Amino acid sequence: MLARWQFGITTVYHFLFVPLTIGLSFSVAGLQTAWYRTGDDKYLRLTRFFGELFLINFALGVVTGIVQEFQFGMNWSSYSRFVGDIFGAPLAIEGLLAFFLESTFLGLWIFGWGRLSRGVHLATIWIAAIGTAISAYIILAANAWMQHPVGYVVNDSAGRAELKDFFAVVLNSTALITFPHTIAAAFMTAGAFITGIAMYRLLRTHGEDLPFRTAAKAGASMVLVAGLLVAITGDIQGKIMTEQQPMKMAAAEALWQTEQPASFSIFTIGSLDGSKDVFSIRIPDLLSFLATGDLNGKVVGINDLQAQYQQSYGAGDYTPNAPVTYWTFRWMIGAGALAALAALWFLWAMRGGRLPGRGAVATAILLPFLPLAANSLAWMFTEIGRQPWIVFGLMGTATAVSPGTSTLEVLITMVGFTLLYGVLAIVMLGLVVRRVRAGLPEATGDQGLEHDADAPLALGY
Amino acid sequence: MELTTVWFALIAILWIGYFVLEGFDFGVGILLTILGRDEPERRAILRTIGPVWDGNEVWVLVAGGATFAAFPEWYATLFSGFYLALFLILVALIVRGVAIEYRNKRGDAAWRRRWDIAISIGSFLPALLWGVAFANIVGGVPIDADKQFTGNLLTLLNPFGLLGGATTLLLFVTHGLIFLTLKTEDEIRERATALVLPVGLVTAVVAVAFLVWANAIRGDAISFAVAVAAALAFVGALVASRLRREGWAFIGSAATIGLAVVSLFWALFPDVMPSSTDAAYSLTTTNASSTEYTLTIMTVVAIIFVPIVLGYQAWTYWVFRKRVTVSRASVEP
Repeated sequence: MLARWQFGITTVYHFLFVPLTIGLSFSVAGLQTAWYRTGDDKYLRLTRFFGELFLINFALGVVTGIVQEFQFGMNWSSYSRFVGDIFGAPLAIEGLLAFFLESTFLGLWIFGWGRLSRGVHLATIWIAAIGTAISAYIILAANAWMQHPVGYVVNDSAGRAELKDFFAVVLNSTALITFPHTIAAAFMTAGAFITGIAMYRLLRTHGEDLPFRTAAKAGASMVLVAGLLVAITGDIQGKIMTEQQPMKMAAAEALWQTEQPASFSIFTIGSLDGSKDVFSIRIPDLLSFLATGDLNGKVVGINDLQAQYQQSYGAGDYTPNAPVTYWTFRWMIGAGALAALAALWFLWAMRGGRLPGRGAVATAILLPFLPLAANSLAWMFTEIGRQPWIVFGLMGTATAVSPGTSTLEVLITMVGFTLLYGVLAIVMLGLVVRRVRAGLPEATGDQGLEHDADAPLALGY
Repeated sequence: MELTTVWFALIAILWIGYFVLEGFDFGVGILLTILGRDEPERRAILRTIGPVWDGNEVWVLVAGGATFAAFPEWYATLFSGFYLALFLILVALIVRGVAIEYRNKRGDAAWRRRWDIAISIGSFLPALLWGVAFANIVGGVPIDADKQFTGNLLTLLNPFGLLGGATTLLLFVTHGLIFLTLKTEDEIRERATALVLPVGLVTAVVAVAFLVWANAIRGDAISFAVAVAAALAFVGALVASRLRREGWAFIGSAATIGLAVVSLFWALFPDVMPSSTDAAYSLTTTNASSTEYTLTIMTVVAIIFVPIVLGYQAWTYWVFRKRVTVSRASVEP
């Protein structure tokens, strides 16, 4: 149980930084490309401003990622033994293909200003950005295997699952749809981050920080386009999930009895334990459509699935925590939708040189947190919705932990990581706020930037 | 050659890469406050590792991932068994990474001083603990019939383990010193050069004692010969440093670390984690490995991508080959 909390805490924390890293790396690369093409100092200043924020975020993403690589063995050694033949390879490949690329080329980017030619220097940030995307794909393929195991056989004499078809694992349908969903969400996160900060600066300076106008518009457009893609890919994902993990879909709606057609509730007051709802707002047929693509489709309820799983897997409770899956699913969609609405409002309010009114400051501050919340909720939803399985249909989570580690040891590391992560979050947020308050750096060309360590916003040290 | 043997060798290579590369940036981190007397000097010292330390650290991630992929049982037993030691290493690496990246994000001296301490401790702990871990792997630890480690943190802190820890710690400090003589100028360079010999001699005594002990526990003529070669390379490094041939000195200390790892892995083979409870419970390259199919896939991936990685990492070192100068003009007091 403690191991689960630890994995949950460290993973959700790690994933606060990951989407920002992915989205911001491409955004910063885009800004620098704009500068490279136009030579307009505005883009250089934005590149360095958001580049700095990107690096502050990236540092935490990297160090918390090391924990991810190690804790499968530390806390989940039975899992590691059972699936290592399949699950280990993606982790090793992610390191070899992606982590080296990201860290090496970011080092070149940070310290390469004025030392590399402009074209080569621009290439380094693009390569680092591509590295983040490769990393995302590989680790999502590994996770997809836990959601929807393919390309394996269980070897009873060796007591483990063994890889039979590497390409089936790499091209898992679950991975193919989760990747665009996650990448779109990452762009939405970065877009909201950029929009929120740029709008805050604009309002604070009464519109005088002109480059931020460009940034706010670009960021808000990014939120809208990416938001649309998140919705489309999420919809496809929902249908695949209904096929592969019907229990998760049923739990997402807290649908206890099979319905045809099934309605979708936006909001429910009640216990969600299958007894009567006190109050709920329902849209007829919507769940059928979300799950099957057909307004009249049949959605199997939790009770029927539970009975079915008992037949296949033996006696036991195969139902995930329905209230948690129900609410994380809704809050995820809600937070994403709110972010898109805020972006839409900002875009409208900025038309023809205008600025939004007073309420916009609070919205601008809140905006970056909305997709971050949606990302975390999405992971909680998809991981908690898979329970009691760690590998769907193959291995229960309870049997996956390290048998040799004591409760005290797990408690020590859990409290240790939580405290450390808490402190680092405060430090990081403090730095971001400082940088945002300091505003755009003055910059006239890139020559000599890194030779003067105290140049405005020197990225190195 | 068996694929399991190939992967045993590849994992050895990944650890060599990790210790040779991160070894000097651990050393530089430990030496930061000792050699850097004021802010401009400390900043110059950090700039020697700035562009490369993060790439160096990835070697350990890949070593861990490769162990998971090629020898899941080794990964599971080692990581769940050396639990608290690894936790301490992780905390240290987290604090250190953040410290290096954040120390210059604010101008005030108190902020920097705090992160400097974090960098020193964050470099010191892993430099020590990796040696403790490796000594225990080679020396053998209690492992039962279910491949479970049955000791605790104190089991690892035995005299042989601690000597291993002292060895890596001192080797990395010397390696870091030599790296600084190669990458800095003037006063820092002089100070580092002056320290190479005294620190190096202490290191030599400790490292030779450790390697002899390790080879006495398990090892053969070849692992012993490799250990002797490591010692000779180290003597060469100290002599080259004395002659101000800093590039050669760095090659010498890098070779020392590499050869020492080779000696230990050679002594270990074909076990990957010998059991001190009963030799029959030992994890070996065959009973801990993945399937032939997985190893084949991984081999193809490694053959394609390891040279590419080596290529662009080498290019990074080439780009930043110049010595780092201390810039005093721009720093506030």
